[in-house]
Amino acid sequence: MIDLPLIWASLLAFAVFVYVVLDGFDLGIGILYPYLKTGQDRDVAMNSVAPVWDGNETWLILGGGGLFAAFPLAYAVIMPALYAPIIVMILALVFRGVAFEYRWRDDRHKPIWDLSFHLGSLAATFSQGIVLGSFVQGIKVVDRAYGGGWWDWLSPFTIICGFALTCGYCLLGATWLILKTEEGLRDRAYSFARLFGVLTLVFMAIVSVWTPFLSPDIAERWVSFPQLLFVIPVPTFIIVLGCLLGWGIYKRVDRVPFFATIGLFGLCFAGLGIGVAPYIVPRAITIHEAAAPHASLLFMLVGAVILIPIILMYTAYSYWVFRGKIDPNAGYH
Amino acid sequence: MLDAFDTLILARSQFAFTVMFHIIFPAFSIGLASYLLVLEGLWLKTDKNVYLELFKYWRKIFAVTFAMGVVSGIVMSYQFGTNWSVFSDKAGPVIGPLMAYEVLTAFFLEAGFLGVMLFGMGRVSKNLHFLATFMVAIGTLISTTWILSANSWMHTPAGFSINEVGQYVPENWLEIIFNPSFPYRLVHMVLAAYLTTAFIVGGVGALHLLRENSNEAARKMFSMAMWMAVLVAPLQLVAGDLHGLNTFEHQPVKVMAMEGHYHSHAEGAPLYIFGIPNDETQSLDYAIGIPKLSSLILEHDLNAPLKGLDTVPDELQPPVGIVFWSFRVMVSVGMLMIIVGLIGAVLRRRGHLYDSRLFHRLCVLMGPSGFVAVLAGWVTTEVGRQPFTIYGELLTSNSIGPVEKQAVAVSLLAFIIVYFLLFGAGTYYILKMMNKLPEELQTISHGPSRVMEGHSSKRSERLGEVQNGQNIQSAGEDNQGGNGDD
Repeated sequence: MIDLPLIWASLLAFAVFVYVVLDGFDLGIGILYPYLKTGQDRDVAMNSVAPVWDGNETWLILGGGGLFAAFPLAYAVIMPALYAPIIVMILALVFRGVAFEYRWRDDRHKPIWDLSFHLGSLAATFSQGIVLGSFVQGIKVVDRAYGGGWWDWLSPFTIICGFALTCGYCLLGATWLILKTEEGLRDRAYSFARLFGVLTLVFMAIVSVWTPFLSPDIAERWVSFPQLLFVIPVPTFIIVLGCLLGWGIYKRVDRVPFFATIGLFGLCFAGLGIGVAPYIVPRAITIHEAAAPHASLLFMLVGAVILIPIILMYTAYSYWVFRGKIDPNAGYH
Repeated sequence: MLDAFDTLILARSQFAFTVMFHIIFPAFSIGLASYLLVLEGLWLKTDKNVYLELFKYWRKIFAVTFAMGVVSGIVMSYQFGTNWSVFSDKAGPVIGPLMAYEVLTAFFLEAGFLGVMLFGMGRVSKNLHFLATFMVAIGTLISTTWILSANSWMHTPAGFSINEVGQYVPENWLEIIFNPSFPYRLVHMVLAAYLTTAFIVGGVGALHLLRENSNEAARKMFSMAMWMAVLVAPLQLVAGDLHGLNTFEHQPVKVMAMEGHYHSHAEGAPLYIFGIPNDETQSLDYAIGIPKLSSLILEHDLNAPLKGLDTVPDELQPPVGIVFWSFRVMVSVGMLMIIVGLIGAVLRRRGHLYDSRLFHRLCVLMGPSGFVAVLAGWVTTEVGRQPFTIYGELLTSNSIGPVEKQAVAVSLLAFIIVYFLLFGAGTYYILKMMNKLPEELQTISHGPSRVMEGHSSKRSERLGEVQNGQNIQSAGEDNQGGNGDD
């Protein structure tokens, strides 16, 4: 029989990864927003994501909804455990989401919504980093429910993860702007990319070194022999992609930095997977223990197999319609 | 004990607050998406500029509404887990997949094509743009279908069994999706969304007719809205009645509360028009009723006996006062809508649709009536399901997760502040846009065309050299507006 829980865990991991990459760049732009020049630069930056942000955030709903549907027990444990950061995240997403429309509605209010866009993006990102950190750090489970308090998520490790993800999203945002803009804004984006490229790599190193100390179980995965062969490619490729990113930024090849950054995120994600599998609540509940019954998973899989490729196609189409550099003078020459 | 009770009340308040705020936006955007589709279709078919003008006008309002709907919807998809994790664990295998299908079939579709619909005119062909609008409209309806299926299952659960750890597990997906109350609830809600939109469009049209009754765009939207009112409002009465009979069959206790029937009636039950429900004494005080009418409506027989809440243990009764009154509010608003639709039809026949100022004033007042009816209707059905989350199966008090009172209280407060602040601002912007005529709104924030857009940006840049600071906004407006133009 096919291993449906494993398939669903992979699909959800894929959804979360797509979310992180796609909303990562538009959240990153939000974080960088106050450091862009007011006026045209900000408008262009906002317009570069306005047609796609809504689709980007839909992957977050798929992540949350998919966890609820495929692994209800994990959803029921993780959400109460991460209560505060989740609430902050969704409220922050409200602040930034409405700004896309509100900032055009009244000139006098524009600075307010630009600030709302910035702070919302920053708070949402930092909370997501904390969510990620707490997840890796582990969650106390008692009798099919969360067994800890509502501040258990707070630790130096989760705070570091918050900073790490913030730098990572800034890098995604900056490299997206490099891809989509020209002239002054692009120059500025390159300088952001230099700064956050270095910071992101530094934080990746810190988190990677720290993680094995969280639990002997993780440490064992990373250093014991047969796994080592499987595990070694991850840091190796991180070094390769880090160099590629540096080269793209140094030589100013507009297309390279964004995709190199996506690659880096992908590798971190793979590393995370190696540290967590086969658990869905690390070291407490496995994917098989949390999985919804066969009938639920199969019913959804039929839809997912048909629909996810179609979704990817029309999402790609929508990106293609708005392809190329966002230039306020486009079509004029 | 008291603590657990407080947490339950707080968690319920939080869900009620966030879901009631949320439903306002889809109730409007479902109808508006279909309206936009009709407008764009008519424009393509007739090539009349007024339809394009109206399309662009309502599209701007749609964009703001939709953004508010999306962000308040994300909240909902996480709220199940934060406060109601026991419910999530137990019901997840059944209603989770329905919501997953909603995301896969509807949310992505809407979001994927929304960008093209809002910003893509001029970047894609007219037909492709129309297709994008179609996808957004159909997406809102698919979304409604799934979420109402999930909600209906909680009212009339079917096609499931319970496993050894107490989870509800699917046995038959067709029975789950097409559970007994689903078709009725779906029709009732879609019609409600259409009526809500029709009365807003009608209210806005009427507002502009009061100022300038020769304006073509105002006339057109008012006329279209009045057609919807006269056709759909009576249809909704029929759909509502059928939905009520369905509820009577599957959730009789809810109907007892709606009717204020504390006592059983052996020979024909009255329809109470007014009364003050008193759960303490289990009686309807100051009741004014029409004898035997309730039996006639529910059983189609004047003398049919009807059971009352005296046949239901106190702890399994919903709070009667809320259900009784919210039901009456919904029905009254529905009746008013029918009357407005009929008056509109009579005026149209007599050729006075565009110059009856009194009627226009009435229509402005009726503008937000759909929201009142939708909220009252949802309160009726959801409070009427109490004390259960899954009717007859899972008590609300057994659905809540291990959350701390403080956490729920703080987050509830945060939701209230943030929602009133941000959605208040959104409502203000929408009202500001509605206060302008389509042609005014266009000249303010729409660039003339994609190619011309370059001109206007250049112009504002040049202006900017003279009037520094001014160029910031105008360039932005041109850019955004220009993207939305062809």
